[in-house]
Amino acid sequence: MKTLAELQAIRDRKKAELNNRETPDGSDIKIVVGMATCGIAAGARNTLKAITDEIEARGLTNVKVSQTGCIGICKYEPIVDVILPGKEKVTYVHVDADRARTIIANHVINGTVVEEFTYGYAVKG
Amino acid sequence: MLERAHILVCGGTGCTSGNSKQIAAEFERCLKENNLDKEVKLIMTGCFGLCARGPIVVVYPEGSFYQHVQPSDVAEIVSEHILKGRIVERLLHTEKEADGTYKAINDTDFYKSQKRVVLRLCGIINPEDIDEYLAYDGYKAYEKVATEMTPQEVIDTIKKSGLRGRGGGGFSTGMKWQFAHDSVSDKKYVVCNADEGDPGAFMDRSLLEGDPHAVIEAMMIAGYAIGADQGYIYVRAEYPIAVKRLEIAIGQAREYGILGKNAMGLGHDFDIELRLGAGAFVCGEETALLQSTEGKRGEPRQRPPFPAVKGLFGKPTLINNVETYGNITQIILNGPEWFASMGTEKSKGTKVFALGGKIHNTGLVEIPMGTTLRTIIEDIGGGIPNGKKFKAAQTGGPSGGCIPASLIDTKIDYDNLIAIGSMMGSGGLIVMDEDNCMVDIAKFFLEFTVDESCGKCTPCRIGNKRLYEMLDKVTKGEGTMEDLDKMEELCHYIKENSLCGLGQTAPNPVLSTMKYFRDEYIAHVRDKRCPAGVCKALISYKIDPEKCIGCGLCKRGCPVNAISGEIKQPHVIDPAKCIKCGACLEHCRKNAIVK
Repeated sequence: MKTLAELQAIRDRKKAELNNRETPDGSDIKIVVGMATCGIAAGARNTLKAITDEIEARGLTNVKVSQTGCIGICKYEPIVDVILPGKEKVTYVHVDADRARTIIANHVINGTVVEEFTYGYAVKG
Repeated sequence: MLERAHILVCGGTGCTSGNSKQIAAEFERCLKENNLDKEVKLIMTGCFGLCARGPIVVVYPEGSFYQHVQPSDVAEIVSEHILKGRIVERLLHTEKEADGTYKAINDTDFYKSQKRVVLRLCGIINPEDIDEYLAYDGYKAYEKVATEMTPQEVIDTIKKSGLRGRGGGGFSTGMKWQFAHDSVSDKKYVVCNADEGDPGAFMDRSLLEGDPHAVIEAMMIAGYAIGADQGYIYVRAEYPIAVKRLEIAIGQAREYGILGKNAMGLGHDFDIELRLGAGAFVCGEETALLQSTEGKRGEPRQRPPFPAVKGLFGKPTLINNVETYGNITQIILNGPEWFASMGTEKSKGTKVFALGGKIHNTGLVEIPMGTTLRTIIEDIGGGIPNGKKFKAAQTGGPSGGCIPASLIDTKIDYDNLIAIGSMMGSGGLIVMDEDNCMVDIAKFFLEFTVDESCGKCTPCRIGNKRLYEMLDKVTKGEGTMEDLDKMEELCHYIKENSLCGLGQTAPNPVLSTMKYFRDEYIAHVRDKRCPAGVCKALISYKIDPEKCIGCGLCKRGCPVNAISGEIKQPHVIDPAKCIKCGACLEHCRKNAIVK
């Protein structure tokens, strides 16, 4: 026998899990991970795992994670795009698990772009 | 851990017959092989609705809608889409945006004009996991009524919503609940009519397969409102997937204490049992259904007394159709005003139709009441295949009638359909093109009711049989003009004198085709001709010697060796041997075969 509170707990836990079963609308934050051969070879799988873990740990419900193929700058892989609603796309390069966690904390949650991880910064050196 | 992608494989009846179980097994294998089984979730859902394109697989978060998926495609989807993030374009639903990108599911013509209330979770959740139902506000409606509302307030809410019975008759659901509530008795019952029998209708089946908890929760709410502690779901034994999922759902609900003594700890008892019907069409009629539930022969009885006064085991009983129950939780949670904002003045909400026949997108569609037939057929249904012309649509199954092409702009609701001589019925919608003979269609449906008549009352048992014999004469070219008049008279007699809904509506297909397609009946009788070329006794196949090149394809295709001829010489069909199967017509590449 489950109490009303226990049923509500199941609802909340499950809702977070099923969140990505809705197609994204304008109010969602999108994170796109490059998962072509180059990305995977550079460790994109760990990056992706870190991102989903972080989202779950922080209970974020408005973030949609998806993957994409190779965009041609393979030496900068793993590459992750973060798109906040109504904002320009920000491209991060060499994103390992640690960088991914920093990006979630600073950019996705607080809205501050992590300049030193971006493509523009890497190119300029 | 949180899964980054969800793979939804359709587990509805249509896709299951298209081998979707094997597809799911193959996904499981491939995901394991690539060590993805921990980060990707795989589930089987209920029906997505677009059965014509099955087996269907949807992958989230992208919402990629893969169609006609075969087990051999699975490895590619896993290695390309799941592993590398490259959507497998060749399997996608073909509709594109103006800029050439593929449309997301909800933007396709098929889904765009729909409004999914009853089917909201079909194809979204795993029907065998109560937790997924809970995640979408499951059992919150029951919690709300049992903690915040009196039974009368629940009934008033349903009344205010304007919901009418979705089983066909269209009686006010709120009134029905009121009658059952007002009957005084020590014991009352709530029954769900899941004995869907109309040829071509499968909306109740899909709802039970895709979202069984919605029906269970609605029955609990009904039980609370009328004061009943026991429910029965009368479901056809021919629906094995629906039965299995209902059993799982009831088991899980009992385990969570949602069903049973002191349900959800809110002070009321409610439990549900299944009753399997053996497939008699008449058992969809409420009094026959109750008899059958009690274990007696499924025969209707006189009304009144109505079931709300004297029903199952002689006690007051509320009986509603599956789709009617499917609306209840949403009305409670979103309010009656929300529900009443959809639809027409006297028909509120949405209606699910099973789209079949000569149409591109056969499947399950849910539309707001008042949508025109044109929208259903041309926009959602994708039109008629092979460039043929729309001739008529049949609604309401064997109890309904035909809507001719001239009335294609009719707004579909209960009253408009009755006004044009058809009825809503349970919601089968069969589309016919110029190759369908309307006399033959009427005969098909009448044959069905003659077979399914329980035989208790004479007008239905004998009247329909005689009507069928006259119709048969017409299709053989042996009918007379007097027969047509006699048929019409007999139709009215049967309608007025039959005991139950089966007999009272059985002549409808004949009456409505005679009303809108009388010229076809006359062609059969007077000219001994079947304009659509369907009735076998009235057609003959010939080979046009001018067009025939003597290739011999028709000769090889003929199953009874009725065609003879030398190679490169015009061939001939022997009418004495010909069985009029039309195989030669399909084989000929020169259009030399004429009917």
